[in-house]
Amino acid sequence: MENTVVSATKFNAWFGDNHVVKDVSINIEKNQCVAVMGPSGCGKTTFLRCINRMHELIPGATAKGSLKLYSDEVYTMNPIYVRYKIGMVFQRPNPFPNLSIYDNVIAGYKLNGLKVAKADLDNIVQKSLTSAALWNEVKDSLHKKGTFLSGGQQQRLCIARAIAMEPEVILFDEPTSALDPISTSSVEQLFHELKEKYTLIIVTHNMQQAARVSDKTAFFYVGELVEFDDTKQMFTAPKDVRTQNYITGRFS
Amino acid sequence: MDARIGIRNTKSILFKSFIIFLAFVVTIPLIIVLLYIIKQGVMQVNWHFLTHVPAPEGEKGGGIANALVGSLLIIGMSSVVAIPVGILAGIYLSENPGTKLAYYSGLCVDILQGVPSIVMGIVVYFWIVKPFGFSAISGSIALAIMMLPIVIRSTEQTLLLLPPSLKEAALSLGVPYHRVILKVIVPCGFAGILSGIILSIARIIGETAPLLFTALGSNYLSFKVTGAMESLPHLIFTYATSPYDDQHDLAWGASFILLMFVLILNIFTKLITRKWKIQL
Repeated sequence: MENTVVSATKFNAWFGDNHVVKDVSINIEKNQCVAVMGPSGCGKTTFLRCINRMHELIPGATAKGSLKLYSDEVYTMNPIYVRYKIGMVFQRPNPFPNLSIYDNVIAGYKLNGLKVAKADLDNIVQKSLTSAALWNEVKDSLHKKGTFLSGGQQQRLCIARAIAMEPEVILFDEPTSALDPISTSSVEQLFHELKEKYTLIIVTHNMQQAARVSDKTAFFYVGELVEFDDTKQMFTAPKDVRTQNYITGRFS
Repeated sequence: MDARIGIRNTKSILFKSFIIFLAFVVTIPLIIVLLYIIKQGVMQVNWHFLTHVPAPEGEKGGGIANALVGSLLIIGMSSVVAIPVGILAGIYLSENPGTKLAYYSGLCVDILQGVPSIVMGIVVYFWIVKPFGFSAISGSIALAIMMLPIVIRSTEQTLLLLPPSLKEAALSLGVPYHRVILKVIVPCGFAGILSGIILSIARIIGETAPLLFTALGSNYLSFKVTGAMESLPHLIFTYATSPYDDQHDLAWGASFILLMFVLILNIFTKLITRKWKIQL
């Protein structure tokens, strides 16, 4: 249990009257790569956005139940602190268009007005970009705008931006759905390296992707967590018939 | 069949020529006005003209320094009030679409935009000029109220165009809301907000009606904002209707300067939107 980073117990979330996450209980362990899959509208993205409290930013959105980061209840912590600890990468690459590549990486420090020495910042930028497998491609153009990069590079820049804050957990909301196959494979490659240092939670529509990158897979169906198991187990011998139906493509 | 296609083609060509012709025709009055003002005004403008106050009636020479200084001061004071208030209100409207307050304040902004400037002048006259006397400040207040709707709407429209993912990116880094707005949203919409500001200045710089009741006008160079002050449009109004030719010349010169101001502001806006536009 001491290895558990994120744990939810009977966690629920709503959009107005629409109950989108129902009694979800899950334990996510350190340095694991967890894929969250399920058909559209099953609440997987909502659940992901609850973990760093982005869900509540939508008017009418509410959440109830226990959701912990280590032993701290996420919903009693300051959301700003939660988001320092739990980074997020979105569906579409969203680098800040007004900032250079360099400034995009340290955006978490810059926009929060945290004072960090220039040499340390240089260090953070190089380390984060290296971790995001982008350093070699952009090291000569650090002061160009981030939006000049290709889609895949932009997404890796966003990953670098999340890494730069040294979070415990990084959430990925369908991180490759807007990318071409080559960029997708370079981002997937990254997951293997990133989980050495961080805990990754990846929402994906793509079952092959879940199978390729994750250690454990959670299957959501109409708001419920149907099954959570080792990815191998899940894709070879799912316990629940709904999981089996989904994996074999009987519904999507 | 062939004949009908021929007729349809002719119709198309006629229609096309017609709209091209009209597009050309509407530019003619504009060009004539511009050329006439330039022809009448450009001869008047020299260093003396810009740095001296008007000569007494019947005397040659004189300039528009008092009106130039007055206009700049009055516009400057209006901007100091209207720009920050307008931007903040615009941010509210773009951030909270669909709320009651946004709906009603948006409605007020639209109505305010339609209020004739002379009505604005009367209101300020009764509220401020009656108790405190004619002053440049009261003129600025009238003009600031006229600037507000333009700044508010242009800020709102600019910020509404920014993708929500931008805000999410900042929030997910633990950036507090006020810093998200000030460090991400406003800088990304900067070109649009700035061009709205410049257009609002171009809009009020030629306003005469509200100044008649408020800043009044003066023949002397004055920096006292609590007293009556000359302005370019007001100078044009008084001197164009005077019986003296020399004063007509001053009015033409001032018109030319005013025209140049508006022209430069518009060119400036175009350049800014092109140069500083942020590629999303």
